[in-house]
Amino acid sequence: MSDVNVPSKPRQSFGKRLVSLLGSMDLAITLLLVLAIASVIGTVLQQNQPYADYVIKFGPFWFEVFESAGLYDVYSALWFLIILSLLVVSTTVCVVRNAPNMLKDMWELRTQVREKSLRSMHHTDNWSSGIEHSQLAATMQANLSDAGFRVRQTEKEEGLLLSAMSGSLNRLGYLFTHIAIIVICIGGLLDSNLRIKFAEWQGDLKIETRDLATNDVPVESRLPVGNQAFRGSIQIPEGRVANVAFLPLRDGYLVQELPFALKVDDFRIEHYITGQPKSFETDLVLFDDDLAEPLKTTISVNHPLIHKGYAIYQSSFADGGSGLVLEAWPLDERAGASPEKFAVKVFDKRPMTWGDKQLRLEINSFRPFNINPDPTEEDPKNVRNYGPSFGFKLRSPTGEAREYVNYMVPVMKDDRPFFLSGVRSSQAEEFGYLYIPVDSQGSLKEFNRFLQRLRDKDAVERVSKQMMLETLTQMTDGENQQLQDNLQETLKALVTMFLRGGFTGVAEFIDTSLPEGQKEKLGSAYLSMLREMLARLFFTDKDQTQAVTEAELLFLQDAADAIGSLSRYGSPVYLGLKDYAHVQASGLQIAKAPGKNTVYLGCALLILGVFILFYLPQRRFWVLLKQNDSENEIILAGMSNRNPRDFEQFFDQMRVQLRRETGNSDSH
Amino acid sequence: MTTTILNKESSPLAIQWSWWLLMILAAGLLLSMYSNVFDVYEIGIVIFSAVSLGLLGQNWPGFRVHIAVVTGLSLAGIQLYGNNLTSAESSFLLNYILSSQSAIMWMSTLYVMATAAYFTGLFAQSAFVEKVGSALTWSATTMGIVGLMVRWRESYLMGDDIGYVPVSNLYEVFILFAVITALLYLFYERRFRTRALGGFVLLVISAAVAFLLWYAFDRNAADIQPLVPALQSYWMKIHVPANFVGYGAFAMAAMIGVAYLLTSWARDKQSKGVMAKVMPDLLVMEDLMYKAIALGFAFFTVATVLGALWAAEAWGGYWSWDPKETWALIVWLNYAAWLHMRMIKGWHGRPMAWWAIIGLFVTLFAFLGVNMFLGGLHSYGEL
Repeated sequence: MSDVNVPSKPRQSFGKRLVSLLGSMDLAITLLLVLAIASVIGTVLQQNQPYADYVIKFGPFWFEVFESAGLYDVYSALWFLIILSLLVVSTTVCVVRNAPNMLKDMWELRTQVREKSLRSMHHTDNWSSGIEHSQLAATMQANLSDAGFRVRQTEKEEGLLLSAMSGSLNRLGYLFTHIAIIVICIGGLLDSNLRIKFAEWQGDLKIETRDLATNDVPVESRLPVGNQAFRGSIQIPEGRVANVAFLPLRDGYLVQELPFALKVDDFRIEHYITGQPKSFETDLVLFDDDLAEPLKTTISVNHPLIHKGYAIYQSSFADGGSGLVLEAWPLDERAGASPEKFAVKVFDKRPMTWGDKQLRLEINSFRPFNINPDPTEEDPKNVRNYGPSFGFKLRSPTGEAREYVNYMVPVMKDDRPFFLSGVRSSQAEEFGYLYIPVDSQGSLKEFNRFLQRLRDKDAVERVSKQMMLETLTQMTDGENQQLQDNLQETLKALVTMFLRGGFTGVAEFIDTSLPEGQKEKLGSAYLSMLREMLARLFFTDKDQTQAVTEAELLFLQDAADAIGSLSRYGSPVYLGLKDYAHVQASGLQIAKAPGKNTVYLGCALLILGVFILFYLPQRRFWVLLKQNDSENEIILAGMSNRNPRDFEQFFDQMRVQLRRETGNSDSH
Repeated sequence: MTTTILNKESSPLAIQWSWWLLMILAAGLLLSMYSNVFDVYEIGIVIFSAVSLGLLGQNWPGFRVHIAVVTGLSLAGIQLYGNNLTSAESSFLLNYILSSQSAIMWMSTLYVMATAAYFTGLFAQSAFVEKVGSALTWSATTMGIVGLMVRWRESYLMGDDIGYVPVSNLYEVFILFAVITALLYLFYERRFRTRALGGFVLLVISAAVAFLLWYAFDRNAADIQPLVPALQSYWMKIHVPANFVGYGAFAMAAMIGVAYLLTSWARDKQSKGVMAKVMPDLLVMEDLMYKAIALGFAFFTVATVLGALWAAEAWGGYWSWDPKETWALIVWLNYAAWLHMRMIKGWHGRPMAWWAIIGLFVTLFAFLGVNMFLGGLHSYGEL
């Protein structure tokens, strides 16, 4: 790109003026900077997200404005492509206009220079020598050749002119770098989705936005096998086969057909001892009619499979519909009294009904292990395996959902085992955890027995009566039916209140319903009576001759805590994971880039060009030998197109050397 | 135009030959010792390293000493470790000098001292103190590279499958940035026979050191973490260093830009101050700025192309308009425009100095800002 030698004559044709504008340095630099600034947009605004996300982020008005400006996919927006094309055009014009001169300059030794211009050059010197003319010429030639110069002698009127040049390839640096830009952009264009956009604009192609089974996707949203570029992805569960890839596009997708089918045999994750993932690998089988037998191979991150120009990458993984055996333990009264086993698959959705309540159970995820830092430990780096877990949502008919994650294996807390279940009502929240104590058999039976006992009207009646009688015997001798009834009712009410809201519910009741003066005294009496009731209910069918153990008391405390937080848990059942059959899905990215080699060629040219341009300066020397009587006058001149400081030094060296060789060491 | 005669002194031929012989022997020794475990990439890397070190050391005595000391100290560190990572606690040398964390602390301290020495030397106009600055810079760089070398070994001591070349996270590349910038500066310091710019260039290195220390102490970034699968690739080992030659050169150009502006203002005001008096000629600084940007641009081009080749292997396409990629392009376009302005339009002086300084901020955003604010596929070094 050079703006030299373009005299602006007033009567130029429009075409010529356009060409000179397009080839101008100012335009080129402007385009470089505009492109840089335009590129920023796509890094600040996350690209190619679901459209719904943008609507939430910007509101409907700005969503539309940004959409029409193509900001959700800036790099294939029309205006961006226009800037890019302008840069290519501008570069092309520059190359076409300058290449002839450059090539000429590479070879030409400039034998036409005059003595006057030599003397007026920035680097010049002259002296005289007594050495014979032809020998002098030979010495000069030899010295310059030794220094890596190409030399030509021409007889001129003024004398014998030696024209010398080194680094003639420097001009190739210019050509290489600029042609490289054009080549890279063309290669990139071949690999862009311009063809798809064009077909869409013509109406041959329609983006599918519905969630359909692959076979149901209509033909106008399918791309046939061909040589066009694409980048798509697909998730294949273990043991399944697929022969398409999905191309995400704006708010929908297209289906790209493949000339082969892929089967995922196995997907594996390996871990470091520290718990971080070490590798993601997929055992693939590729079926292609052109192959004598199916191709079996293993791909992993950084090690794709390339077949017929299609590159198949390991890019993600997901659950492939693992089979789970669940056991639903009733927590809500309406959910019955005993556990119920059933089988589901990840991604299943099924209704759950009890009483008048209806929820939809959506199984979302399964993880065979959870290597997490232990939140109770001081050192957050102390990670350990929490075992398998699965995630699900319970969705109400109005669409609201609570999200749960349940762990299969008991988790230790304060050296006691618990079943752990996390719950949250929106993605933005952290999980809150329910800890259900595990009994000595490793099951939930004991907990469930206690819970059912609390709900057992007869048992509560019996225990409260017994406790009332014992209390009143201690306090008074006389009989007072009123007092008896009151106390028993209170005891029963406390249990009911506890079932509804836990200890906090009872405390709230005390705080809001009791008269101010009695709050403290009566409140603590209520709480200790409730604890006594819970304990009696818990131990009601225990062998009375055996002493109560510490472990039993702790279990009671933990069970009471768990029951107390059930109201916030929100699920009518606890879903325990009894068994699973893990099926994974491997996420593959499949791409075809026919322009890739073109781009690589451009890159090679660019690197070569840049280094030549900076580090191989073009240097020229001229020596004019003028025969005057017995002496020869020597006029030396030189120039370089790069690094003047280095050249100055080089010129000085050459000057001193040539003077010495020609018998004149008078350096100045 | 005042002339600074560039220092292009050649070392005596005997020394040049011995140096090359040493490099050939070292490469030969490595290749024969590990011939049964090296793959083709590793053989290539050994040969490439030997040739690069040979070329750099051929006429650069300081560099030869530096490499010799780095080799000695690194081998000593590795030897002291033996096969046990806990040796660091029992060995005095490891604990206080040679373990990677200690070496890097030494590097940090020495760079800050070097900055102070250069500025003191400049304002007190003491050539001796400036020389001390150079010596400190060499020592700091030596400790930095020793730190990386020993860390490399430490990562393998943590587990055979954990070991990696330490150019993989933000902590490690900050060290890389400091030592590469320092080496680039030291090269030009000798070539241009001036130590006046040392303080300015070391200032940006000290800033990097400050960040490094904060990052290490506040975020425990110095801990060795195994590589995520995406980073387990040979491309990384050449992509990252190439990138940092670019970043280092751009940073140096920007700091020369600062020195240029200060000097040119001082000279404009006919100030009798130190800046006007002792700083090198403006044209020299301009030339140096151009040289740094040209070098940075060349290596940045290589790094970006290497990145594209790697992306084609790891991400499914040579170009994804990922934020880091895009910002690399922005940096590249910016300096391409700078170079066109200078080489074709002949712009020079203060605007170009300003532009070089702005360029550093653009580069800084590409290097740090993207990881901090934008995420994307490159988000390995999160803050």
